[in-house]
Amino acid sequence: MNLTFFSVDAWWWPYVFILLAGSLPTNIWRWLGVFVGGALRDDSDLLLWVRAVASALIAGVISKLILFPTGPLGDTSILLRLGATAIGMAAFWLCRKSILAGVLAAEAVLLAALFI
Amino acid sequence: MSVPAFILMMSYVGFGALARESGFSLTQAAFSTAVIWALPSQVVLAGALAAGTSLGLVALAVALASVRMTPMVAAWVPVVRGPKSTRFSLVLMSQFVAITAWIVTMNRMPTIPREGRGAFFMGFASSLTVCNTLVTMLSFIVAGELSDSWRAALLFLTPIYFLTSLTAAAKLPSDRFALLFGLIFGPLIYMTGIQLDLLLSGLLAGTLAFFVDKQIKKRAAHE
Repeated sequence: MNLTFFSVDAWWWPYVFILLAGSLPTNIWRWLGVFVGGALRDDSDLLLWVRAVASALIAGVISKLILFPTGPLGDTSILLRLGATAIGMAAFWLCRKSILAGVLAAEAVLLAALFI
Repeated sequence: MSVPAFILMMSYVGFGALARESGFSLTQAAFSTAVIWALPSQVVLAGALAAGTSLGLVALAVALASVRMTPMVAAWVPVVRGPKSTRFSLVLMSQFVAITAWIVTMNRMPTIPREGRGAFFMGFASSLTVCNTLVTMLSFIVAGELSDSWRAALLFLTPIYFLTSLTAAAKLPSDRFALLFGLIFGPLIYMTGIQLDLLLSGLLAGTLAFFVDKQIKKRAAHE
């Protein structure tokens, strides 16, 4: 059975999909956290591996969003996106790991190039 | 308004635009912020949606992207717990735990008397969720009115916000390797055209990072 977001033609289906594929798999970990409480050791190998997989998965999403974006961002040049990212990261490091500085610098480069 | 709260709002501006691009309706985008309340999960969901991935695989990818919640909530429970807290009330409250609310809890709670902590947490954490549900809707609407250049800039917010905030949060060497390998593996495996590219690249890059970190520690211990 191949159930996708668009495969059931009913107004409520997308909401059920969001609950089952988005909310439930996120909340399970929150509930587990309440039950585990302080028992989980911070430095166990299992936890380190799980953290690494989670970080890598999100990193994969990030680079896909930069290299293969959809919509109007996909119409911009790849060199521009990589350049804006590089300058954003440079600003982030120069301002002592400031997320705000990194985001603003990257956005400024992108917008400047698109409007000039 | 605190700096983390401001940055969080900025990132939800990005999500509103991304949700529109991925095929969500306005109410579906708002609903996903309200009931998921974890940006990585929402971005994975939006991406899988656009690719037409089946329910089970989306759920698996979202679950893998949000495992972080367990250690976060586990560390949050002893701080926020009061004399009248029950397991059930903590489960309900944990719905509102996400990175920003977590940081505020850890920073501010110790100055608040234990009896008032639950109410304090619910006050600011639920208003964060409500605010960002509204931000999602606003950005979804605005993104439809903007020129392509501005829409491109909104869509660029999500990856750049994640890249900087994940780098800032990656304190352990294994996390840093995972970040680096994930950035490289993600697009490479995507280009092969394999169905489960996201899951596969996360598992491969994460496992590789874990073993590289182990190997380096072993070497260091030998010297």
